[in-house]
Amino acid sequence: MKVAIVVFPGTWSDEDCVYAMQQVGAEPYKVWHTEKKLGNPDLVIIPGGFSYGDYLRCGAIARFSNIMEDIITYAKSGGLVIGICNGFQILCESGLLPGVLIRNDSLQFRCQDTFLKLNDNVIDSPFLNSINESPSLKIPISHGSGNYFADKSTLKSLLKNNRIAFQYSNPNGIIDSIYNPNGSIANIAGILNEHGNVLGMMPHPERACDNLIGGEDGNYIWKSVIESLKK
Amino acid sequence: MISKEQLEKIAMSEEEYNLVVERLNREPTDVELGMFSALWSEHCGYKHTRPLFQFFPTEGKRVLSKTGEENAGAIDLGDGDVAVFKVESHNHPSAVEPYEGAATGVGGILRDIFAMGMRPIALLDSLRFGDLAQGRTKYLLDGVISGISGYGNCVGVPTVGGEIFFDDSFTGNPLVNVMCVGTGKKDDLISATAEGLENPLILVGSDTGRDGIHGATFASVDLSEDSVSDRPAVQVGNPFMEKLLMEACVELAQQHKEWIVGLQDLGAAGLTSSALEAAERGRCGVEIDIAKVPQRESKMTGYEIMLSESQERMLVIAKKEHEQNVIDHFKKWELSANVVGKVINGENVIIKNEDEILADSKINIITDAPTYNLLDKEHLNDYPFSDPNMPVIDDLKDPNQALVEMLSLPNLSSKQFAFQQYDHQVQNNTIIKPGFGAAIIRVPGTDKALAMTTDCNPRKVQIDPYTGSQIAVAEAARNLVAVGAKPLALTDCLNFGNPDNDVVAFQLVNSVKGIADAANILDTPVISGNASLYNETINGSIAPTPVIGMVGLIENISKKLVRKISNNKKLLLLGSELNQDFSSLAGSEYYYSKTKSHSGVISIDMQFEKKIQDCVLNLFAKGLVSNAQDIADGGLLIAIAELCMNYSVGFTAQDVDLSGRLDATFFGEKESRLLICTDEENINAIFDYAKQLSVPCEEIGTFHNDKHEKKLIFGPVDIKLSELNIAHEKTF
Repeated sequence: MKVAIVVFPGTWSDEDCVYAMQQVGAEPYKVWHTEKKLGNPDLVIIPGGFSYGDYLRCGAIARFSNIMEDIITYAKSGGLVIGICNGFQILCESGLLPGVLIRNDSLQFRCQDTFLKLNDNVIDSPFLNSINESPSLKIPISHGSGNYFADKSTLKSLLKNNRIAFQYSNPNGIIDSIYNPNGSIANIAGILNEHGNVLGMMPHPERACDNLIGGEDGNYIWKSVIESLKK
Repeated sequence: MISKEQLEKIAMSEEEYNLVVERLNREPTDVELGMFSALWSEHCGYKHTRPLFQFFPTEGKRVLSKTGEENAGAIDLGDGDVAVFKVESHNHPSAVEPYEGAATGVGGILRDIFAMGMRPIALLDSLRFGDLAQGRTKYLLDGVISGISGYGNCVGVPTVGGEIFFDDSFTGNPLVNVMCVGTGKKDDLISATAEGLENPLILVGSDTGRDGIHGATFASVDLSEDSVSDRPAVQVGNPFMEKLLMEACVELAQQHKEWIVGLQDLGAAGLTSSALEAAERGRCGVEIDIAKVPQRESKMTGYEIMLSESQERMLVIAKKEHEQNVIDHFKKWELSANVVGKVINGENVIIKNEDEILADSKINIITDAPTYNLLDKEHLNDYPFSDPNMPVIDDLKDPNQALVEMLSLPNLSSKQFAFQQYDHQVQNNTIIKPGFGAAIIRVPGTDKALAMTTDCNPRKVQIDPYTGSQIAVAEAARNLVAVGAKPLALTDCLNFGNPDNDVVAFQLVNSVKGIADAANILDTPVISGNASLYNETINGSIAPTPVIGMVGLIENISKKLVRKISNNKKLLLLGSELNQDFSSLAGSEYYYSKTKSHSGVISIDMQFEKKIQDCVLNLFAKGLVSNAQDIADGGLLIAIAELCMNYSVGFTAQDVDLSGRLDATFFGEKESRLLICTDEENINAIFDYAKQLSVPCEEIGTFHNDKHEKKLIFGPVDIKLSELNIAHEKTF
């Protein structure tokens, strides 16, 4: 699996994504934001960080970068794109995913483990297809603006079309507002586009890739993509 | 002749001014005087502390740099791997503007590390605050933590540890000490040197503004009620710019080291200290044209430009033939890079504004700040806090209640409210997270890991500066040993009051000697450090706080580290008898919380400390110990409670004799003790080994990790784990 990892000047999860890809035997390569072409990847990752400093709204400037045009074309032609943390914010800003990520309700940054319940009825998606039966995935968050918000009609459509991928839960997969670390609407941690080929999520699967540093649950997502590419 | 008011403004004494005139053999120009005063400030010149540094052991077989010669100390990790680290203070700025003060403190220490070409892999923050009942303390606490979080998280360097300690003496003068650890390859180490005739000085990063002018001087005077009006002396940070600088410098070191001769950050005293110190190291002259310095504001004077402490700037001394390569390299990172001067013949610094000469002086007469010898203050007959007689208090009556109260004290309660605001995981190397003793960070790309910690209990230093400082070193090392790491070296940050005060001078001299002696015995050389004096408020001096940052090595991380305590693990106490007497409460959190008294006698036997630390490391190496916990603030029962809470297990003490005073046995803080966890079948082997070394060792009880309700049971103590957690979490 060839993986293009998009790097903005303020990206800091690029190396972590490289490490995670190596853990599952994928071939990562970095694409600097000034480039115009992604190359020929099987998967594109927009990693976490502060793209251009994010002094304006998170991701608001990144969407105008050179590389975004090719990412949008790639996604619209069915290519697999995952935006993690700041990458999720950028996907929302660029219109590939609906909604917006606002400041955490605590008004503070949060770095902690979270448990994610995979939506039982989620639409067909290469990112999720072969995730096993475990009640939840333990994947950490690290953000100040991860509070997902969408207007009523958007939320309704996400629910109706089963495009909510992950919700914050307890280890047993019970979803409740007390397990919500940032105030996101409906405990949303990650959503899909209508075709299931674009995933945005606030938690960092690339940090949950090695038991030595706290777990491997994030690898389920990469392994699922690898499986789906075989088909 | 200069007026008194003018001298007061730049915190220079009349004698010092006269010395400037004598050395120059004329009156200084404005710019010269600015440069003298900044480099002769305590913050840059170490006027009171430099003569004391001779006591520090600075050499060792792993030490690669001489203290003070480079931006941070470097140690050899073997196989071409290197670690560099340093701790630095940002106390005064944080007292008036906590968010930016703390944020730029983080920025400054990061630059010290990547100026050496190394990648920062961890930050630790050692914080001290005053009385929480005072409204401003909470504002300072929140501001400092947000500042650390706001800056460190954006840069992408994990904040993995540190401490937060409260003592009334810090009300109005908090301490913000930040330590940074970096790693890389020995071959990529870059020196902060200027040399080679005509080689250009390239200023990289932010434009220069009027922020932070005379920050170094501001850091070297007592804080007063008017200090809030000094907010312009506090700089404003731009972590995004820092991130770009960091990536550009690390990449330069790794890929194009041959393009440059030196790299030096701009910190305290800005361009002045940066250029002059680099030139002094290379024994050359430098010329700077201030007209070539990109300026954020119009009509800045030479004085302002040379003394500005605008953040996120680096000075690159490039090889003439690679000037354009270096500029292009930084441009790729969208950083402005401009030639502002060059290396010249001779030993002078020449500051020009196009054709006009603003300063022309020998460099060494500026950089060689006068020193004040405090050694005659080593003895003081009536040190005010050393009353050996402790007012007697009644032994505790309700041990459950006492434990709950202890866990809720600000100094012992959980600091997760802060740690969860720090990104402690980025870079994917964090093995032990903050709040669980020393942090463990994998050395990128290797099987090695570094354990790191900061430590200092100011109350103990206040009671007895020499012994208290030894204890700070011993506890830092014990923290590392408890996670199976061999302590390698230390960095120190000397936070004290005004050294003109005899009591402070006494504290400072004895503290340095205590650190030095302890470091010698534990074989942990002092490889870098910083001093922050004049920490005074209207209520007097702060409690003396020599913060010790220490780094230890775990050779093969994959073999180590069990991060759970399984059912039926046995707990052993190593280092002392279980029962303690009243005197062990001296300096303890328990005794202070009951009496607010700094009395009693604290003690530590450093030879024994070394022995017990070696003992635990050997037990780890033999595979006889799975986990360990050092016994420090709060004493034995707090250490056991922390194990229960950290690993979510219950504990039942066996039927042990508790004939001593309960408060002393449970909460006394006798030094040189650790708890170790092991399996039943290893106990005899551990006893045998401890006996060989004459280290007291006894079995205390058993951990439970099964379906039964988890409780901590120890003699009269019988309390649910859930109640401990509630008590521990409720204060913040």
